[in-house]
Amino acid sequence: MKRNLREQFIWLLIAFGGWLIIDLLTFGGVINSFMLTIITMIEINVILAVSLNLILGISGQFSLGHAGFMAIGAYASAIITQSLPTIWGFFLSIIVGIVISSFIALIEGIPTLRLRGDYLAIATLGVSEIIRITINNLEITNGPKGIYNLPQFSNWSLVYIVACIVTLIIVNLIHSKTGRAILAVRDNEIAASAVGVNPTKYKVIAFTVGAAGASLAGSLYANYIQSVTPGDFTFMQSISVLIMVVLGGVGSITGSVLAAVVLGVVDTVLQNYGALRMVLYSLILIIFMLFRPAGFLGNWEFSVKRFFTKQKSSRENKS
Amino acid sequence: MSFFEVNNLNVSYGAIKAVKGISFQVNQGEIVSLIGANGAGKTTTLHTISGLLHPNEGTIQFAGKDITKSAPSQIVTNGISQVPEGRHVFSGLSVMENLQMGAFLRHDSDGLQADYEKVFSHFPVLKERKNQDAATLSGGEQQMLAMGRALMAHPKLLLLDEPSMGLAPLFIKEIFGIIQQIQSEGTTILLIEQNARKALSIADRGYVLETGKITMTGRGRDLLNDSAIKKAYLGG
Ligand SMILES: Nc1ncnc2c1ncn2[C@@H]1O[C@H](COP(=O)(O)OP(=O)(O)OP(=O)(O)O)[C@@H](O)[C@H]1O
Ligand SMILES: [Mg+2]
Repeated sequence: MKRNLREQFIWLLIAFGGWLIIDLLTFGGVINSFMLTIITMIEINVILAVSLNLILGISGQFSLGHAGFMAIGAYASAIITQSLPTIWGFFLSIIVGIVISSFIALIEGIPTLRLRGDYLAIATLGVSEIIRITINNLEITNGPKGIYNLPQFSNWSLVYIVACIVTLIIVNLIHSKTGRAILAVRDNEIAASAVGVNPTKYKVIAFTVGAAGASLAGSLYANYIQSVTPGDFTFMQSISVLIMVVLGGVGSITGSVLAAVVLGVVDTVLQNYGALRMVLYSLILIIFMLFRPAGFLGNWEFSVKRFFTKQKSSRENKS
Repeated sequence: MSFFEVNNLNVSYGAIKAVKGISFQVNQGEIVSLIGANGAGKTTTLHTISGLLHPNEGTIQFAGKDITKSAPSQIVTNGISQVPEGRHVFSGLSVMENLQMGAFLRHDSDGLQADYEKVFSHFPVLKERKNQDAATLSGGEQQMLAMGRALMAHPKLLLLDEPSMGLAPLFIKEIFGIIQQIQSEGTTILLIEQNARKALSIADRGYVLETGKITMTGRGRDLLNDSAIKKAYLGG
């Protein structure tokens, strides 16, 4: 337990170090406002990728519906901060988004998580499209035109902190007893049932927590970009998060963070290539997957504990 | 009433009737073998006892309680633990983590340590391979791990589904020896097997299951010498 605390403290230091570097570079004028936008979008993608990886990699459920939950968060924040344009209104809207998303994930998950593989993918895709089409046709969401001129409450710094907290929560969940049960269900449902783990229950937990993460990312997105339209949350948005998870390594949280960063950078660089951008982007993805079919990191995780014990033992070996 | 009792159990998969009104008992401290050919309904019976399948008809009683409608986790907590057919171990977890999963529903940390020691005394190879990924164990070792994991739930009644499947004769002998040891330590055992000779030779009593019905019952030794059984299950 003490060890664990030390580990988390080291993580906190690393995270703070990253924050400090971006902050100093911004202060020194190295990072301009264009780059800061990219950094913020990368941070939002980290939240999306890590939360999808909980569903896809840790719980082993093929969900194609992340964009739907992101849309719920985004619209909850857009609608609430329009009439309550304070930071407290924003926090309230985040909570409302998470509650609605979790509730929908729960009632979606209980029947559909009994399905397997491709059926589940189609079911989650269906629900996500239903959410988008509903938003497209409601008055309160302003239909296909979307909502504009939202107050900007999120900034790179807030999103950075939230991304760290979300990652920390999910990593801690994975290492908890609940997380062990989620992994056990993924590895072998029959064996899990035999030891008294209820497979549906633990799949639903992972799915719901993942959906809450997507909703949170959606809220941060809406009040950063300051506008939302149904077109932001199509099937392609789910696919783009899926690409991050697969590229980073299904089951590797470290990989998801890394892939969100790498793809963010690649995408930015490619913006100079106009129409060729999507072709080059796809080409890069194909080449990556050819050489690393299990993603950047497979299911490897960076561990502070392992890192330090390795250093120590190599030092001991030398002396 | 017996320690464990199944009465008129009927189980179907849709229109297919897999188990057609079987009844049997297990007394405390016994090894009871349920033998039968492929598709006789053995695994179906076991899954129904564990609560993974629901019967259309019939009751299951354990230690004076009706558990027919209990949830699988409740059944484990009540003291019935299953070793599923075909070595279902958690392949992403280490040997130790697999054993920990066996104790998933337990909250008594004192008793736990003693049970790890007990499992390791039955299966010393698991201790040697504590930190190894369960997927990299040999087939026989995986069977041992699945048994060890079931024992970590501290069962009063242990259900074994074809523990000898796909194992070499020497390994089968070892596994059956361990089953007898587990019995001698006070755990009651319901053993499901196709390997009728082995299963009947260690059983106090046996039942023969044929296409969903029990056709014969008796002491293990007597069944072993029965001419009909010899012909059908023991190769003449
Ligand atoms: N999920 C299922 N859906 C439909 N039929 C099933 C299902 N599982 C089993 N059955 C059928 O039920 C019958 C009994 O199967 P069961 O698995 O209980 O046999 P078994 O005695 O364990 O056989 P084996 O020794 O081969 O494991 C078989 O005819 C089988 O085809
Ligand atoms: Mg079977």
